[in-house]
Amino acid sequence: MTLARRRFDALIIGAGGAGLNAALQLADSDFRVAVVSKVFPTRSHTVAAQGGVNAALANVLPDNWHWHMFDTVKGSDWLGDQDAIEYMCREAIPTVYELEHAGVPFSRLDNGKIYQRAFGGQSQNFGGPQAARTCAAADRTGHAILHTLYQQNLRARTHFFDEYFAIDLIRDDEGAILGALVLEIENGEPLLIEAKATVLATGGCGQVFRTTSNAHINTGDGMAMALRAGIPLMDMEFFQFHPTGIAGKGMLITEGVRGEGGYLINKDGERFMERYAPNAKDLASRDVVSRAIVTEVKEGRGCGPNGDHVLLKLDHLGEEIINQRLPGIRETGRIFAGVDAAKEPLPVFPTAHYAMGGIPTDRFGRVLVPHGTGEEVVPGLYAAGECACVSVHGANRLGGNSLLDILVFGRAAGLDLREQLGRHHRPLDEASVEQAMARLNRWDRKGDGPTVRELRDAFRKAMEDHAGVFRTEEIMSEGLEQLRALREELDAVCLRDHSRIFNTARIEALELENLVDCGMAIAVSALARRESRGAHSRPDYPERDDVNWMKHTLYFREGDRLDYKPVHTRPLTVESFPPKERVY
Amino acid sequence: MPSERELARLRWQCRRGMLELDEILLTYLERHYATAAAAEQAAFRCLLGEEDPQLQRWLLLDERPADARLHALVERLRRLTPTD
Ligand SMILES: Cc1cc2nc3c(=O)[nH]c(=O)nc-3n(C[C@H](O)[C@H](O)[C@H](O)COP(=O)(O)OP(=O)(O)OC[C@H]3O[C@@H](n4cnc5c(N)ncnc54)[C@H](O)[C@@H]3O)c2cc1C
Repeated sequence: MTLARRRFDALIIGAGGAGLNAALQLADSDFRVAVVSKVFPTRSHTVAAQGGVNAALANVLPDNWHWHMFDTVKGSDWLGDQDAIEYMCREAIPTVYELEHAGVPFSRLDNGKIYQRAFGGQSQNFGGPQAARTCAAADRTGHAILHTLYQQNLRARTHFFDEYFAIDLIRDDEGAILGALVLEIENGEPLLIEAKATVLATGGCGQVFRTTSNAHINTGDGMAMALRAGIPLMDMEFFQFHPTGIAGKGMLITEGVRGEGGYLINKDGERFMERYAPNAKDLASRDVVSRAIVTEVKEGRGCGPNGDHVLLKLDHLGEEIINQRLPGIRETGRIFAGVDAAKEPLPVFPTAHYAMGGIPTDRFGRVLVPHGTGEEVVPGLYAAGECACVSVHGANRLGGNSLLDILVFGRAAGLDLREQLGRHHRPLDEASVEQAMARLNRWDRKGDGPTVRELRDAFRKAMEDHAGVFRTEEIMSEGLEQLRALREELDAVCLRDHSRIFNTARIEALELENLVDCGMAIAVSALARRESRGAHSRPDYPERDDVNWMKHTLYFREGDRLDYKPVHTRPLTVESFPPKERVY
Repeated sequence: MPSERELARLRWQCRRGMLELDEILLTYLERHYATAAAAEQAAFRCLLGEEDPQLQRWLLLDERPADARLHALVERLRRLTPTD
């Protein structure tokens, strides 16, 4: 059977905030733009971002982009690239106004200006008093942004391929990217989309861990596609964990619970945070609380029949306060843990929340690979959003900076690639197409090896136990062996259902391959980094080591190889912020 | 009984942007949908057409749908438990 083919000027894979904002930059041009999304665009994970987006508008408290920049550099534990951070913090302001004009219904102050709330990690005057920098559209910022961008794209006649699954990039001998092989989920038919420029905007990979706050769609597909095309992933060891997810499930229990007076206890009923952070106690920073919880569990003071979680007690706050100030907490506890939080404590464990690492790009969204002693751009390829690493979050992301990242760099990618579309399509490379088809057809194999679900569960558990919050040489080396063995087993996994129409089992198998690739990138990168920085914490190397480790990790799939590259410490126009101790 | 294909199609419709919705919708689909009355099945298919923030307000917060059939289904979904 011949493979169906379509040609567009630009192909954007992913319809979250990053992908839609990239597509929109081509709206008033005559270029033909295709957006591929495995789910309906407004069901992208961006919809979950309810907290808001940062911009130094100074509507509530004094503020400016330079203070925002300082906070972001400090938050990144000096691993973020200061040129990209300066660009993002400056662009934040016009970006938010652009969204406002496009129709995002931001919450407002009485004087009509956009309301801004205070979030952790925001300061005035380079580390001074609290700033208020986060703009929100009530409690549905992410959805409002997606909805607005989607409508605008429809108006601009962007061509949407909804419920199409991207399998692999197509490239030629010189490494130029020519488009992608995608699969129409409904009828199981492959389709080759050729494009002069391709943008990966496929979001995060939280599903690589057993306990995660990320939706099921976050399987790191774009990151893995890049890896298979020979492109490295950068800084994958940096994964942000939120300390209180529902144990074994991952749904976030907001920090607000502890803000209102809730606290953590171990199996002896002890308020253990008093030992780990005598002053801040339960309100210590996310990484400190996460590590404390895992330590309690590892040392045998965990709760439940398997001793695998701790308890978050809030019943003492009383039903009225819980209902009023913590909406949805009782329902979340009841449905996912079988516990009424107004009567009993909630079982919690750290939950994988955000991938700081990803596909290395410059601040124009162009994907970079090492070349000689420097770097070069991969012709025809861009990446933006959580799947990319530009790097503005470095070793740790600040709340509200991720929506900003996806919007600013989605836009930058769209603008830059616009300049690339005047030329002709490069000739297609049939060998690369065949390779991508082989990856798909491999799932036609019959047999009774392990199932996708079995291998996925085992892999995610091993990631949680060996590459999660608690990372010592011993735990991680042992884990890496297990993960490698599971990767070997992947080849034996067979599907039981080989039909074509809406075969979601086949999609889940393709996603599993992607999870395994991303997981290996995380585990290998983490084992090698012998220091503690931001979200990467090593009890055996508790200090940050700027002499040896102020550098970005690059992980290559072939041979699980690592390389490193320097951090950009020079901003675009202002003085560099030299490394200091990160204390709050 | 819904066909395998029908279930697979609905299964993909249960893929949402929020983990909470993924889990609630999928649990219902896998454990209860096949044996539910035809009217409830129809209500579920209709529910899947809603936007995520609306589903969140119905399933986890205080709002309820005005439509009686959706209302009944939402109440049922809110009573799901981990051992369901
Ligand atoms: C619970 C939660 C709350 C959050 N709150 C905030 C917040 O308040 N503020 C903030 O700044 N950040 C927040 N974040 C982080 C933020 O939501 C994400 O980092 C951001 O939305 C990612 O956007 P994106 O455009 O990169 O990707 P996504 O929105 O995840 O979109 C990815 C797109 O790629 C498509 N896709 C993926 N794989 C494929 C494939 N193989 N084929 C075809 N299409 C594919 C998907 O269909 C989707 O359209 C939160 C995260 C979570 C988990």
